[in-house]
Amino acid sequence: MSDTSDAQDTAVRLTDIGKRFPGVIANDQVNVTVRHGTVHALVGENGAGKSTLMKILYGVQKPDSGTIEVDGRQVSFSSPADAIAAGIGMVFQHFMLADNLTVLENVVLGAEKLYGSGDRARRRIHELATSYGFDLDPDRLVEDLGVGDRQRVEILKVLYRGARTIILDEPTAVLVPQEVDELFENLRGLKAEGLTVLFISHKLDEVLAVADDVTVIRRGRTVTTVDPKQTTARQLAELMVGSELPSPSTETSTVTDVVALSVRDLSMFDPQGGRDLLTDVSFDIRRGEVVGVAGVEGNGQAELVEAIMGMRKVQGTIALGDEDVANWSTARRRESGIGYIPEDRHRHGLLLDAPLWENRMLGHQTREPNRKGPFIDRGGARADTERIVEAYDVRTPSIDTTARALSGGNQQKLIVGREMSSEPLLLIASHPTRGVDVGAQAAIWDHIKTARREGLAVLLISADLDELIGLSDTIHVMLRGRLVGTVDPQTVTPEQLGSAMTGAEVPA
Amino acid sequence: MRFDVRRAALTLAAPLLAIIFAVLVTSLVLAVAGDPVGEVWSTIFSKPKPRNIVNIINSGSVLYLSALAVAVGFRMNLFNIGVDGQYRLAAFVAAYVAGEAWLPGKLNVVFSIVVAIAVGAIWAGIAGLLRVTRGVSEVISTIMLNSIATYLVAYLLRQVSAKGTNNIHTNDIPVSSQLAGFKIVPDAPIAVYTLSLLAVVAAVFYWLLLNRTVFGFNLRATGQSESAAVASGVNVKKMIIVSMLISGGIAGLIGMPLLFGDSYNYGLTFQTGLGFAGIAVALLGRNNPIGIAFAALLFAFLNEQSNALQLTAGVSNDIVNIMQGVIVLSVVVAYEVVRRYNNAAEQRRVAAQLESTRQPEEVAA
Ligand SMILES: Nc1ncnc2c1ncn2[C@@H]1O[C@H](COP(=O)(O)OP(=O)(O)OP(=O)(O)O)[C@@H](O)[C@H]1O
Ligand SMILES: [Mg+2]
Repeated sequence: MSDTSDAQDTAVRLTDIGKRFPGVIANDQVNVTVRHGTVHALVGENGAGKSTLMKILYGVQKPDSGTIEVDGRQVSFSSPADAIAAGIGMVFQHFMLADNLTVLENVVLGAEKLYGSGDRARRRIHELATSYGFDLDPDRLVEDLGVGDRQRVEILKVLYRGARTIILDEPTAVLVPQEVDELFENLRGLKAEGLTVLFISHKLDEVLAVADDVTVIRRGRTVTTVDPKQTTARQLAELMVGSELPSPSTETSTVTDVVALSVRDLSMFDPQGGRDLLTDVSFDIRRGEVVGVAGVEGNGQAELVEAIMGMRKVQGTIALGDEDVANWSTARRRESGIGYIPEDRHRHGLLLDAPLWENRMLGHQTREPNRKGPFIDRGGARADTERIVEAYDVRTPSIDTTARALSGGNQQKLIVGREMSSEPLLLIASHPTRGVDVGAQAAIWDHIKTARREGLAVLLISADLDELIGLSDTIHVMLRGRLVGTVDPQTVTPEQLGSAMTGAEVPA
Repeated sequence: MRFDVRRAALTLAAPLLAIIFAVLVTSLVLAVAGDPVGEVWSTIFSKPKPRNIVNIINSGSVLYLSALAVAVGFRMNLFNIGVDGQYRLAAFVAAYVAGEAWLPGKLNVVFSIVVAIAVGAIWAGIAGLLRVTRGVSEVISTIMLNSIATYLVAYLLRQVSAKGTNNIHTNDIPVSSQLAGFKIVPDAPIAVYTLSLLAVVAAVFYWLLLNRTVFGFNLRATGQSESAAVASGVNVKKMIIVSMLISGGIAGLIGMPLLFGDSYNYGLTFQTGLGFAGIAVALLGRNNPIGIAFAALLFAFLNEQSNALQLTAGVSNDIVNIMQGVIVLSVVVAYEVVRRYNNAAEQRRVAAQLESTRQPEEVAA
């Protein structure tokens, strides 16, 4: 694309956008021009300022400097309502749907003025859904939908409010490959109807597959905008980081004979939904082994993890080494050496309004270096937080910054660093690299591989099939609360694994 | 952490703003009612006499204990509305025990204080137990327990009072167990309660417990995010019970300075309503042990200075309650305003710093 594109061609133009937070420049002279009817991707390292830029465009945050033009007119948004009025809508990474309402109710909620909430609204939703190729039943409860469908509801919500430009912040992070394909099909549908899509992603292959333009942001500044047809993922990654990427190292198996975790016949029943969440789940993880669980989100992975952590009641036996831990509290399990990277970092992994060093203690508050008798060891906790910030490259002005002020990927790096500290015997890792950039992802994988060589046992749950295949020694496929098959990561392809997850024949 | 003068000034700005706003609203109310605005303020803000100063210290320390009891719960998102019932029941039982004088002299005092802590803790613990076993909101149960405490105390008071007299109160504490107080204010005819010191002890305990112990960390974590606390291994049910016990235990102390320093028995005239005042003081003091101290002294000051209003300005001293209410409401708003201002100021400061370092940085990049 060129800067000479005339106003009619331009949907959004951001010029010299600047935004500062205490101790950081999130955006510094950012320039992005988005053409009408295109899919425009934003890529960059964790903390580069992508989410901040999009929040500015959506009126959630006010820029300190710079101008925003929409359809050639200069605008100034003081709230999302202004942005919506100008035809801009945003889907945040964390969905904001009411579970106990239907699709229709969720879409209409708060926008009753447009088409009422009755037949007219229903017709409008039907129109939108058919013209953009969304296959959604307006009367289903949102709680019964999978993540892919929930995301479609979010997009539908935005379309319903009249958006012509749609912002998606890391929409694919929670999706498995099939769902990603479906989403991209939808995005092409939007494009064909003349809508403009802006999306953020760390998955560079996807970006290259779907985007018409890719803008790279580094440390708050736009580096360049490139044409995906003439760029490789590797080049893109190097533009993001500003240097060459390390090549991944080859690995030999480190699996031993010593069983670290043994799970037998785990079953969990949901009295409210009247169905089984887990049925007869059994497996072993040996020291030095990574066992992956592949499955579409919502097939019992979260329940399995929470059962092993002692956060939910479950039938069956769970043994750590030779000890039966089924009746142990969460605290006792953690103390005996289980590290836990939760799926939802905001709900289960962080105290958002507490400083980083207090977050370092969370889940480890009963152990060194955070504790001295009944007292907190502030010195110990702070020093170790500095270590984690350094070792895991957490980008933060200081360890007294609150967790809320970190970008999503940097929050994740802090959690991984914390859970890998004090030498766990077993690591329960749900989506350990969700939301982190390619460089940090490689670093986290390295940390896990190093620990595995020293005997760490890992239960890995991930929607990223490349990660699952690349790290695991064994992969179990999970479907509707059961382990339905086991595959060898040496031979399986992501495509085969993807279809196994949706119930197709499991490859031998 | 470093002590930041600018930050401290900003922290003080919010309550000051709230007080100024409350003065304006109260003046408006007075003016509308046709009362003499000027005289009301000149009475309230006149220099307190030595006697008033002692009263302010005494009632301030009692309010302090009450607010601390409330604050322990607040830090964990528990609303212990029942501090009032807890302290009244605790004071009654302690007064009875002290009046029976099973132990001599000062031992009798110590023993009665321990009893008061236990009774307050148990009474609050009931609400905690109901919450974790039956899911009853502690707001509801503590309100109920307040009124049960009222009737229970009234009933028991009749049981223990001397039969056939109109003197409805527990036996007087023996002279050897009465505490003379500290004559620290010159020219004052009365003394500061000895057991005002309990407020200092409780303050240190509260600060240490919350900020320096693992238990306090768990308590604050639960208050900030229950789901994250559970995932970190905190047993939330246990935390609810223990925090209610601690809150109630502190509540048990509220009546002690009065009992041993002034009334020497528990009767129909024993001061009530301190538990509710504590809620307002805790809000104003933001659950911070130093903030609460200022808030408690302010409330005590306003209460004491308003006593003369009827005489000097012909205005009911209820006006002071209006003012206290407005302070509490507006302080919530003021904290938010100051927080925003603070963020903006910090951003400007960072921006200015970065501006001055930009040139060399660009060369390096
Ligand atoms: N509310 C805030 N207060 C203070 N600092 C903030 C705030 N929001 C973001 N920041 C900081 O601004 C910078 C950019 O954050 P932003 O969330 O835009 O990054 P990002 O590019 O979206 O990263 P990620 O890929 O990890 O999501 C980070 O250094 C972050 O710490
Ligand atoms: Mg982001």
